[in-house]
Amino acid sequence: MAERKFAWPARAENTLIGKDIQRLDGVAKASGQAKYTADINSQGTLFARLATCPHAAAKLTAIDPEAAKKVNGVRAVHLFKKVGDEMRWDGELIAAVAADRAEQAADGVKAIEATIKYEVLPHFVDDNDVEGAKKADRFQQLTQKAEGDVEAAIKGAAAVHKGHYGIATISHMCLEPHGSHCEWKGDDLGVHLSTQNVSGTPGQFAEPLGIEASNVTVTSDYEGGGFGSKFQADEWGVACAKMAKETGKPVRLMLDRATELKTGGTRPSGFIDVTVAADADGKVVAWDSVHWGTAGIGGGGVDVGQLPYPFKFPNSRVSQIGLKCNVGPNRAWRAPPHPQLCAMTQTVLDDLAAKLKMDSLEFFKKNLEYTLNDKAGVYAAELEIAAKAIDWKAKWHPHGQAGKGAVKRGLGMAFHRWGGGAGPCTCTVKIHPDGSVESFLGSQDIGTGTRTVISITMAETFGLPLSGVKVHLGSSKYPQSGASGGSITVGGVCGAHRRASQTALWEIFDKVAEKYKLESADGLVARGGNILNGKDTVCTWKQACSLLGQMPLEVKGEGPKKDGLTSDQVGGVQMVDLSVDTETGLVRIHKFVCVQDCGLILDELTARSQVLGALIMGIAYSLSEEQIMDNKTGRYINVDLQNYKLPRIGDVGELVAIMYQPDSEYDRGVVGLGEPPVIAPGAAISNAVANATGVRVPVLPLTPKRVLDALKGGKV
Amino acid sequence: MRDASDSTKENPPPVGQRGGSGFNRRDFLKGSGAAVAATAVVTAVEESIAQDKKATKNLVAAKAGPVKLDINGKAHTVTVEPRVTLIDVLRNDLNLTGAKEVCTTTNCGSCTVIIDGKPVYACATPAVSCVGKKITTVEGLGDGTNVDDVVKCFVKHDATQCGYCTPGFVVATRAFLNANPGAGMDAIRKGLGGNICRCGTYDGVANAALECAAAAKPAAGKKGAK
Repeated sequence: MAERKFAWPARAENTLIGKDIQRLDGVAKASGQAKYTADINSQGTLFARLATCPHAAAKLTAIDPEAAKKVNGVRAVHLFKKVGDEMRWDGELIAAVAADRAEQAADGVKAIEATIKYEVLPHFVDDNDVEGAKKADRFQQLTQKAEGDVEAAIKGAAAVHKGHYGIATISHMCLEPHGSHCEWKGDDLGVHLSTQNVSGTPGQFAEPLGIEASNVTVTSDYEGGGFGSKFQADEWGVACAKMAKETGKPVRLMLDRATELKTGGTRPSGFIDVTVAADADGKVVAWDSVHWGTAGIGGGGVDVGQLPYPFKFPNSRVSQIGLKCNVGPNRAWRAPPHPQLCAMTQTVLDDLAAKLKMDSLEFFKKNLEYTLNDKAGVYAAELEIAAKAIDWKAKWHPHGQAGKGAVKRGLGMAFHRWGGGAGPCTCTVKIHPDGSVESFLGSQDIGTGTRTVISITMAETFGLPLSGVKVHLGSSKYPQSGASGGSITVGGVCGAHRRASQTALWEIFDKVAEKYKLESADGLVARGGNILNGKDTVCTWKQACSLLGQMPLEVKGEGPKKDGLTSDQVGGVQMVDLSVDTETGLVRIHKFVCVQDCGLILDELTARSQVLGALIMGIAYSLSEEQIMDNKTGRYINVDLQNYKLPRIGDVGELVAIMYQPDSEYDRGVVGLGEPPVIAPGAAISNAVANATGVRVPVLPLTPKRVLDALKGGKV
Repeated sequence: MRDASDSTKENPPPVGQRGGSGFNRRDFLKGSGAAVAATAVVTAVEESIAQDKKATKNLVAAKAGPVKLDINGKAHTVTVEPRVTLIDVLRNDLNLTGAKEVCTTTNCGSCTVIIDGKPVYACATPAVSCVGKKITTVEGLGDGTNVDDVVKCFVKHDATQCGYCTPGFVVATRAFLNANPGAGMDAIRKGLGGNICRCGTYDGVANAALECAAAAKPAAGKKGAK
């Protein structure tokens, strides 16, 4: 018998892999039938509302839960804080109230708020004020690293550029806020949790509740956005379970919009003072930067270990300062911390290129040799494709030479890398004697199409239509699978399913060979609902499965493994064509191109969607969205969707997603795509604005005010 | 979901009593301009009660009462206070959870429903203001198998990722296309500007709407075709 190897099918033989496949839960989502955590309404469900701290720093000196308990309809009050506790940011949770109706819970919150007294403490919230942080004792010296001789390299350089750049804090702003619906049946707790981590969260409920993890079932059929902020049970999840226990009724507790923004997760800010130098040929010879920012009250900030991004220049020095600010805690935000690193590197390099009077594209091409992970060749190919798509050669002009008129047009580019290696997954694939196929895994579909790509994997393997396989995920009672973060899910789950499916198929082939007295099972393939031997149909899939007898065939799939089904490291390049109205400061995107590699693509349609979505999220943090802290009160002041500005459908221009998948990519196997295309928009857009106006707007997002300030040469 | 029996037990405490409702008219109306006209009747009643009792603050919502609603062609009666929004009634009382509550400030459109043919933000629409009107929610656009063309086009163009904003977008698109059959891309990008997506599905939404709009041009289409 020939050796049996785990491998993806030959590319030309695929009937599903790599095609445009509509996502399988699309109708459920678009028709409103999909049930998210916030939609769970089991009989008698109580609704919870939250009281939060209105100060950036304060000590709780009085609180009376009885006031809320007297309110009509209120059934339970949970205190997150007790008298004497300190709150460290605006929006920290104080109390939760559960009532028969949502408006009664809100009444309860108002009643308890009337009893709360605070001793207000000094605060510090300006993440761009290093001197202020020193005075307020909020300064923290973090990492420093150095390679080569930076001073000597700068001294001998043909061009030196110095500048200040930055990128503001943003909130995850999940449209379905963080939260859960908890319901007890005896000692067993059922949690519907809006989570990216179905398998990993039961223990997070069990421990603080003093029960065994085996008593907890976490379910998440659908999740309304997480972006890296939903891996935990969180204190409000545990509070929800406690109130459900206390009242003997199910409780649904979702964060309100303001609390979602303040406490549900933020992406840390980053600011940088940098000196960068190049030789006469345009090759970077030195990078020297001091970086600061905040990740919340603990200080920290953007991890600058990968600055300058994604390069390794001959001489570099990087140091980092953390500012301890009274702002909500940061959480992982898509591709942490690459978007900030990219924005704080490739804007700087673009200005250096301008100083050298070089075309930005030519400059970046010259420096590809310094990129990490042996991707220079792929980047070069992707740059060619992107340049053609945006017509770089015809449209690019030196920075600031966009001609007369108030509206200036410009081009900008940037590129990125990400790991995306397959994550841990176990799954159980069941083949029933009647030919039906199903699989079980404790993973989740957070909008990336997990159900769909698993179905594609199994259906392609068994030669069945997509309707011939069923995927069950979203329960912690299914075989353990990793959290969906780091763009590791698609590789993880599809690798495991391909292994399990091939293993099952080989067993079925052996039975077919025996039954139909074939010399060997080597020539058998499953295609079109039949088992073929070469070109001859041996039997149908159903007939083959009937050979299993009475019991289904159950195969466990595992991963990740180094068998070639998956790999890691993706890259992509982005180019944008935009206009800047120099009278209003408004930036308008005309065309935004992304050329992206991610190894073998299972579903072109959802892959392109992932890229397009990332470009739009990139436009958001590049042009409009940011956390705005009021230094005087220490409060996060734009905590609603009116003032936390996200782009709308008319604000994004023409978007072009080009998947780069020559055979060399297909042969790499599956690599995750979830995060990488969201990395480069900040630098690409900022560079295009600099190209249009000849002025660098140093800090993202490039709001009209920042653009006008930069054009006036004012403080930004 | 509330017990059916619970909805008749509403009994707000008397005006001015400690621990009573903290409902405050100004808080409720703040930022919800669309609701101002709709709540005029309700708030007038509250004010007269408040004046009678000489209470100067903490105006109490009027008593819960039966509210009869025509939703997707079916009659529903719920017993709620006048301050209760349509989105809460749909989601929490009637388990029609397709419309989502996201912003509560009439900014994002996730709660969009069609009332008497017009798209409306249910998050700032008091349920009592909908009596006698025809309400269509996303559930009224199909039952999961036999669905509206807008739903089909959204799926075809992958206009959904996490999917949380999608039902609101679908309803907004249906209402927009009813009013603007045959709309072009520019009109679509303006007409669907009342909804927000965080995952970034706008490209799919726009293409889905465009395909539906093209299909909704029967007159021109039929004349052109043989």
